[in-house]
Amino acid sequence: MVGKTLFDKVWDAHVVDTIENGPQILYIDKHLIHEVTSPQAFNELEERGIPVARPDQIVATADHNTPTENQHLPIKDALSRNQLDQLTKNCEKHGITLYALGHKYNGIVHVMAPELGITQPGMTMVCGDSHTSTHGAFGAIAFGIGTSQVGQVFASQSLLLNKPKSLRVNVNGKLAPNVLPKDVILYIISKLGTNAGTGYFCEYAGNVFEEMSMEGRMTVCNMSIEMGARGGMIAPDQTTFDYVEGRKFAPQGDAFAKAVSYWKTLPTDEDAAFDKEYHIDAADIAPMLTYGTNPGMGIKINGNIPEKGDMTFDKALEYMNFKQGSQLLDTAINYVFIGSCTNSRIEDFRIAADYVRGKSKAANVNAWLVPGSQQVAKQLEEEGLKEVFEEAGFVLRQPGCSACLAMNDDKIPAGEYCVSTSNRNFEGRQGQGARTILASPLVAAATAIAGKIVDITKEAVA
Amino acid sequence: MEKFTKLTTTAVPLPIENIDTDQIIPARFLKATDKKGFGDNVFRDWRFEKDGSLNADFPINQPQYAGAKILVAGDNFGCGSSREHAAWAIVGYGFKVVISSFFADIFKGNALNNGLLPIQVSPEFLTQLMTGIQENPELPITIDLENQVVKTAFAKAEFEIDPYKKVCMINGYDDIDFLLSKKTEIEAFENNRTLFV
Repeated sequence: MVGKTLFDKVWDAHVVDTIENGPQILYIDKHLIHEVTSPQAFNELEERGIPVARPDQIVATADHNTPTENQHLPIKDALSRNQLDQLTKNCEKHGITLYALGHKYNGIVHVMAPELGITQPGMTMVCGDSHTSTHGAFGAIAFGIGTSQVGQVFASQSLLLNKPKSLRVNVNGKLAPNVLPKDVILYIISKLGTNAGTGYFCEYAGNVFEEMSMEGRMTVCNMSIEMGARGGMIAPDQTTFDYVEGRKFAPQGDAFAKAVSYWKTLPTDEDAAFDKEYHIDAADIAPMLTYGTNPGMGIKINGNIPEKGDMTFDKALEYMNFKQGSQLLDTAINYVFIGSCTNSRIEDFRIAADYVRGKSKAANVNAWLVPGSQQVAKQLEEEGLKEVFEEAGFVLRQPGCSACLAMNDDKIPAGEYCVSTSNRNFEGRQGQGARTILASPLVAAATAIAGKIVDITKEAVA
Repeated sequence: MEKFTKLTTTAVPLPIENIDTDQIIPARFLKATDKKGFGDNVFRDWRFEKDGSLNADFPINQPQYAGAKILVAGDNFGCGSSREHAAWAIVGYGFKVVISSFFADIFKGNALNNGLLPIQVSPEFLTQLMTGIQENPELPITIDLENQVVKTAFAKAEFEIDPYKKVCMINGYDDIDFLLSKKTEIEAFENNRTLFV
């Protein structure tokens, strides 16, 4: 018998039924919701008189459209206030747990759920947000869905889906100094392209991922969607179990031991086959930057922008005001953003703080730090990192998605570059006309100190 | 959901690759709690200049393409965010079909759930079609969902669609009805499982 992949094992354990010549019904263990993609789904159910099937398997947070200053005050923007009020009303009405703005567990949905132990290996998880792939770091099947599908899960705790194809990206070897998980995933996307994973679920394998912390694995899986893959997964191991153990919603005592023995059966069998497979040598990966308007347009920090010349490529370079063949080193940068569901966990801030300690940001730079959750914000204070950043002139905001998608007031002005630890450098993503350069928290911190892009490969090891 | 069977109409060319859902509907317009009005802001930052005036060079704004119900776009259309608002915006503006050589997964599903037909064609057919409508904006294009065919006076291509989704599109069904009809099976699954919960 041919072996099964991690993805097969979790998927097959959740198939309720298979429709002839059609999709399968997949059971969903956990459904995460937020204020932006849920209201229309609640309305739909209401109009059709359908109850929410399993409110105890849904967890809500407010994150996309929340201010990152003065969260204790009423929200000024009427539309935003209404969207948050709707979420509160809908959750109250249907008996759904909500970590509203200001709650000690509030935060970006993909930061909050793992840190509370809601995310566990072997689960199926969905959320109306494409970065739900983050939770795959635990060996869960986790993916983003549209609002119609949010409604379907409300109504039935299930989804109609065709099983995606399988893809494995192997990265083995030794990473160079100052290369972080963010660089690993930006490098993978730059090599494979923004649609290499479309129609696939990706597994990341190899010693590089085995040696990564859970925070690092989440950064990698988070950006799976940026190469088109609905989800990315990493086999659960002792690092995973140690992270989950003792968290608020994790199984306790005997139940935890029982869960671990099941989780240990999940990794891909040795004789399992993938539809597509890539092998990458860790030594080839360098600290990365993007130069264009999609996450696949990435180069090594001291590399040159490729010379291509099709309409889409030219349009991207024109938007970014960069030239073919040139370097990004020494480009003056006025905005730095460390945050988003990709890089706003405690480990990201520890790395940035280690670099920043004892230094001051350049006078031209606005450096925004937005922790992923209230718990991360609390840790920043407890570990003395808040002080480190404030002494260096960084501005520490309150948790939320913030300038990653610029839905609130945290916008980068038109024409300005922002070195950002977020996940998307699309046109206008961080504000109309803003120019985003994606990078790791270390590169972002170094940029803030220098006021320009510097070659981190020439600096002391983080 | 509106039914879709057959349609003959004109098309607008958008020969740009990797059009992401942030371009289709920027995040600052996602604050509504209903599905109305998104069409007004479709491709907002491409359709309008910074001062709020219409960008006359953007194909959707050009008079020769007025009334077209098909959008013909470059490879990897709809990548990025899962926001279904992108599908609502395209439908809201009046499009019924998007033709491209490749679609991002989530957008494709969202489109089908809103009666918007995503048609994937070969890169060669796409180029032929794009040139065809650029040269003759009045070129009629027929979409026949039953037979899974897209054709013009000079070219014809078959397209794939999930058989289940095809039935849904033709009859205007959505997945909620189907899933609710499977309630017994879903509950039996819940009762039989030993994992979690």
